[in-house]
Amino acid sequence: MSQYLLRRLLIAVPSLLGISIILFTILALAPGDPFGELATNPAVPPEVRAALREKFGLNDPVYVRYLRWLMAMSQGDWGFSFVSRVDVDVLILQRLPTTLIVIGASQVLALLIALPVGTYAATRPYSLFDQVANTLAFVGFSLPTFFTGIVFILIFSVTLDWLPFVYRSEIDATGFAFVWGHIKQAIMPVAVLGLFQGASWTRFVRSAVLDVVRLDYVTTARAKGLAERVVIMKHIVRNALIPVVTLVALQMPIVFGGAIVTEQIFRIPGIGSLLISSILANDTPVIMAVTFVFACLVILFNLIADILYGWLDPRISYR
Amino acid sequence: MAGSTRASPIVEPATGVPIAVAAPRRHVTPGREAWRRFRRHRLAVLSAGILMTMIVAVVFGPLIWRVPINEIDFAAMLESPSWAHPLGTDDLGQDLLARMMYGGRISLAVGLAAMTMAVVVGTLVGAVAGVSRGRVDAGLMWLTDLFLSLPQLPLLLLIIYLFRDSLKEVAGPEMGTFVLIVVVIGGFRWMPVARLVRAQFFSLRERDFVEAARALGASTLRQVVRHILPNALGPVIVAGTIDVAAAIIAESTLSFLGLGFPPDIPTWGRILYDAKDYLDVAPHWALFAGGAIFLAVLSINYIGDGLRDALDPRRVM
Repeated sequence: MSQYLLRRLLIAVPSLLGISIILFTILALAPGDPFGELATNPAVPPEVRAALREKFGLNDPVYVRYLRWLMAMSQGDWGFSFVSRVDVDVLILQRLPTTLIVIGASQVLALLIALPVGTYAATRPYSLFDQVANTLAFVGFSLPTFFTGIVFILIFSVTLDWLPFVYRSEIDATGFAFVWGHIKQAIMPVAVLGLFQGASWTRFVRSAVLDVVRLDYVTTARAKGLAERVVIMKHIVRNALIPVVTLVALQMPIVFGGAIVTEQIFRIPGIGSLLISSILANDTPVIMAVTFVFACLVILFNLIADILYGWLDPRISYR
Repeated sequence: MAGSTRASPIVEPATGVPIAVAAPRRHVTPGREAWRRFRRHRLAVLSAGILMTMIVAVVFGPLIWRVPINEIDFAAMLESPSWAHPLGTDDLGQDLLARMMYGGRISLAVGLAAMTMAVVVGTLVGAVAGVSRGRVDAGLMWLTDLFLSLPQLPLLLLIIYLFRDSLKEVAGPEMGTFVLIVVVIGGFRWMPVARLVRAQFFSLRERDFVEAARALGASTLRQVVRHILPNALGPVIVAGTIDVAAAIIAESTLSFLGLGFPPDIPTWGRILYDAKDYLDVAPHWALFAGGAIFLAVLSINYIGDGLRDALDPRRVM
């Protein structure tokens, strides 16, 4: 198992390098100058600017600059935010947990919807339940997250006044009220993301289960006299999950996109809203770092998918 | 060929009327067969109707409803739908029907253009990978997988942030943003098409009819263009349909985050972005814009589902 993991980790390295090259190329091709701020400042004479350029190595060839940037990134030197005057890694570490909690909770919700609904629908194909579930899934993944978010705010915050629509990291309460306050403000963002993901996963689960349910070994399991619950849980679902894991891993970039939008709507202080605010404030080091963190997260989740793969299908894991 | 019995009746080329009915079996073209299958998916047909209505409305609507999109009228701020303003007005008293129709043109045009770009790039990459084996194939597939694991929305935002101003200077604010958004969205959506086309090429390349063409001395280009590509088209059309919906959502997301088209160009996403601060006083504003995006995306997805049924010959109906 550890050898398998190690190999997967080694495969992830070229992808990370590729992503870093793409990121750096975009930045290098972009018009504009990281010292543009200084150029507009009349107090800085042109000679000083030229000296600064020389000092920071901006006149070097592209590949030298890339290698230097890569070394700095890998040593944890992520730069300095122009706007908040803090180190970028501090800023990101402050906000990353919130993002991960919201994304994680919504994925759990999506799984809790998709697995039972998809399996139940596939074991009774073309029944009324299947048709209703199918239609709802179609509607669910055609609804963009920003629209669902707005409709949720309209219903639960504006009309019913049940839930707050601005996320606050500090809640001045203690004990039970503190926990409840956090749960209450997380309900809508998690529901928006989770329902969207759950809708598309339901379709994946349904078609995967449908593929497995007619195979011979399922008939054998039934013929042995196993309980229907055991057949479904141990024989059907476990095997059907293998293609679902692949599809879910492929969906991860979309999940992070949805998280950025959701954080922006509900003003959650995570890295997604950090990205938007730093783009609007021209804070280049933060933008680069957050984009890179998102890329790392996508690769991390692909890695987790690979591990799950090995657990679901023992034939794969030790090869 | 002369003297042999034809399987299908001979058809008069000009009129399409059978002139000699030797065999009673009707000749069914692939297109007609696909249409027959598509018609059986009732929701897909309904969706096609809805989408056509929306396209007609945004293309020809402004010719009938001649209210300018930027006529500011502070006497009619945030009004609910009425006869003077069928969809109500926004915070500057601008007519929402006119703005919705204008925005619909842009949103749908972005969707179609980005889909075209994604399909062209994807088909090209997939075809090159599928024809050439070995190193080229492996390299292209590594690139495809790399693009699949890129965080798309952050990169979209990054590219638009970096290149927006310089493109605006070259092509003007509206055209520049349009080109940038189409290229970037299309550039991040070609991967599924490339994979599909490559997989199709791998199976079609070894079929008898391609081998026959090869034996007759057809060049690689002719084999690909005349024999393999037309047969690989079905899944590509389905993927392309879904791409239109995804591109519309991507454009609306960008506009919704305030990083799409400039504020004076009302795309559906932009209207929703402007409306979100007035949810308590003018919910109709947000609901119409979001509803239009939702309806367009839903009907395109259903059409894709219907096309999947129609174009998959293995599917028995």
